[in-house]
Amino acid sequence: MAELDDLVREFLVESNENLDRLDQDFVALEQDPGARERIASIFRTIHTIKGTCGFLGFSKLESVTHVGENLLSKLRDAELEVNSEIVTALLKMVDGVREILGNIEGGTGEGNGDYTDIIATLTRLKDGRGSGGGASGPKPPAVGEQAEHPDEASEPVDPAGSDQTGSDHAGSDHARPEPGRPGEPVASGAAAASSGAAAAGGAGGGGIRVDVGLLDKLMNLVGELVLARNQILQFSAATENATLAGSTQRLNLITTELQEGVMKTRMQPIGNVWSKFPRIVRDLSQMCGKKVRVEMEGKDTELDKTIIEAIKDPLTHIIRNSVDHGIESPEKRKAAGKPEEGLLSLRAFHEGGQVNIEIIDDGGGVNIERVKKKALEKGLITAEHAARMGDREACNLIFLPGFSTAEKVTNVSGRGVGMDVVKTNIEKIGGSVDVQSREGAGTTLRIRIPLTLAIIPALIITSGGDRYAIPQVSLLELVRLEEEQAKKGIETIHGAPVYRLRGNLLPLVYLNRELGTGSSGPGAADGAVNIVVLQADERQFGLVVDEINDTEEIVVKPLGKLFKGLSTFAGATIMGDGRVALILDVMGLAQKANVVSENRDRGVPESASRSDEAGAAKQTLLLFRVSDTRRMAIPLTLVARLEEFPRSAIEMSGDQPVMQYRGQIMPLVSLSKVLSEHGMGVATASGAAESDTVQVIVHTRNERSIGLVVDRISDIVEERLVVQRTGIRPGILGSAVIEKKVTELLDVDGVIGSVLREDEAGVGAGGAR
Amino acid sequence: MNDDRQFCTFLVDGMYFGVDVLKVQEVIRYQDMTRVPLAHAVIRGLINLRGQIVTAVDLRRRLGLEDRAEGALPMNVVVRTGEGAMSLLVDEIGDVVTVEPESFERTPETLTGVTRDLLLGVYKLKDRLLLIMDTEKAVGLAAAA
Repeated sequence: MAELDDLVREFLVESNENLDRLDQDFVALEQDPGARERIASIFRTIHTIKGTCGFLGFSKLESVTHVGENLLSKLRDAELEVNSEIVTALLKMVDGVREILGNIEGGTGEGNGDYTDIIATLTRLKDGRGSGGGASGPKPPAVGEQAEHPDEASEPVDPAGSDQTGSDHAGSDHARPEPGRPGEPVASGAAAASSGAAAAGGAGGGGIRVDVGLLDKLMNLVGELVLARNQILQFSAATENATLAGSTQRLNLITTELQEGVMKTRMQPIGNVWSKFPRIVRDLSQMCGKKVRVEMEGKDTELDKTIIEAIKDPLTHIIRNSVDHGIESPEKRKAAGKPEEGLLSLRAFHEGGQVNIEIIDDGGGVNIERVKKKALEKGLITAEHAARMGDREACNLIFLPGFSTAEKVTNVSGRGVGMDVVKTNIEKIGGSVDVQSREGAGTTLRIRIPLTLAIIPALIITSGGDRYAIPQVSLLELVRLEEEQAKKGIETIHGAPVYRLRGNLLPLVYLNRELGTGSSGPGAADGAVNIVVLQADERQFGLVVDEINDTEEIVVKPLGKLFKGLSTFAGATIMGDGRVALILDVMGLAQKANVVSENRDRGVPESASRSDEAGAAKQTLLLFRVSDTRRMAIPLTLVARLEEFPRSAIEMSGDQPVMQYRGQIMPLVSLSKVLSEHGMGVATASGAAESDTVQVIVHTRNERSIGLVVDRISDIVEERLVVQRTGIRPGILGSAVIEKKVTELLDVDGVIGSVLREDEAGVGAGGAR
Repeated sequence: MNDDRQFCTFLVDGMYFGVDVLKVQEVIRYQDMTRVPLAHAVIRGLINLRGQIVTAVDLRRRLGLEDRAEGALPMNVVVRTGEGAMSLLVDEIGDVVTVEPESFERTPETLTGVTRDLLLGVYKLKDRLLLIMDTEKAVGLAAAA
């Protein structure tokens, strides 16, 4: 008996895979009815299923697939032409097959479903048309079976669509999870009643099926290995033993590679989820009377299996929303001067260790005013807030719970639950979602999610003597204020501490106060204040911690039920020294600290520079002062580090001031001196020069560091740069208005070149020493 | 086959407790713990048990007793529960004892409070009483909250 069970299981897995592909094939076929090869491939798939179920004794399944096969054979032999009605009927058959397969898998045999309707429709379609009758519409001439099912013949196409999505969903739930199956070739008809070996052979011999449970276990083991590796690394760093160091190094490399390898086995192309969408869009658009074309880009973008599972439903919801709300009816589109057929494009790509998924429609876009009005009506925001709100922020109101602008509730969407659930679900897996829209031109929804959940990069900080990990996804930047700066920089509004970060008020949250650990006031022993700037739900806040340690790859372990009420922690991890560290839940922490209030009223709008996303390329610039009067800027990309050194650290190498820096000799360029030598008439070495320390911008090129000595580093800003050529002088690229002040742009190449050209060789030798 | 049962025993503030040996995963010395701020007071922290993160519940606090004297380090009795492995922090570890079913009695009615809630019953040993602890209840915080 066990043998038969294996056969059935094999059959189910294989058939479910085939059915998923059938959905795509059918929709593609409808667009390109002449594709004989595709018909032949569909025919073979159905034939395979039919053959196998005959062999296994599933008679109901056999009868359903049999009529489908008959119809398909006529299509293949060009006796019939493909049309929308035929495709709908065939898709319905696929759903029927899925349902039966689901029942078989559930152990209830073939189930009690009644498929005579489907069989009748398919038979009618098969008999009903000659080779010439391609157009859909009028009833076919009466045939025998019709008498028994008079309703069936006149059944319109649309309701069928709605049924299908429902059962399609059920079907996919039953579908067995399979590990990656990239580029699965079409199983040949001969492989029909196949056992496992034959299936593997059919797949080109390059793949085997692996149980997901086994992969999960492997992943856990690798997680353990990573931890053990971290511990050994730490131990080896503290021990001076060349052999140990060598083997540790090897262990390190192998572990990293192994981790990558195992992670890869769990990776699946996002196309696996997307493959369902053409069908959903087709059914939906028929139901809404719209024409929608789906385009996909980046199908091969890979994601961890658990994440794929987690985004399936949110994505489906977004797609449904886009078709139902986003894309307009053909008439409306025509009136607006757009092509009748709407375009829904899906894009996926990797960027900075994260996966971006974009869902773009060229529909009506979000009506900002209506969104605001609706949000006001529902009391989700205040009038004053609405007036202050930028377009982008207003757009994102659609994610508020209970929000819907749809004037009428359809059975597709518009009930006001949905987008907030989408957002919550995506945030649950550490992702974020953002919407941008231009009225009349369409909407872009952008989802960013981490590649994997099990091992994440995190920043390790110390507070109240304990270490905590902060997931890097929420991390924006780190700010350190020395004692003096901290005293001046941190202000309070009725007891609430804030810091001015580039002109915006950054609310400060003291971690030890929030956690109730240690009463050590702001900052560490030396009086400096470390601020971790975090992003939570569109709001930024500064988390004040005692110490910032390092970034590390951590293995996330869930906390037990005992900690269910603790929203401040997302889990725990084991550090290199074997101790446990808690992972902070940034969102939960923000809520606890009232940074993000319960009703999600965002309070203060984002800074002007951020909400104004007119699209022009913005640059991040470092602002600094050279002598008291000159305000200058360089692109942050040219800055390797910012350092402050005691003046005594400056040594001379010939005429060149140099400094020992990270095992190198770093030449220093005093900007005030260089620029004045070019006849700029700037008072050199003003008051600042006498201070005990020098501020240095470290610029690295060809692995050599060069220090630019400035008088004061002022700020980092993000600005759209419009360079006015009028200010061009040696050492100056031009001027621009930055934060409403005229700022000169430093010509880094020019400045460095003019100083170092002569002694280039000497410095090179110095670096090698 | 006899009905004798074995219990892993330990002391908390002089009281002699027992936990079914089949529920005990292991007994280990004091381990460094990571405290969990904001969590319930009976949760003393998290322990790294060979890569597994185990929550440590202080039985003294659970039973509403005074904390151990400064410097007195508790022992860990790691038990398997529905929530996974959990560690019970106790004062001292005793032997594994085998008891006869006849010596069992239900918890006396006069005993009230938390301790009663956590007990399954009492075995009368020769020289002392063995209090049998319900581990699921001991690590469940619904009652303690």
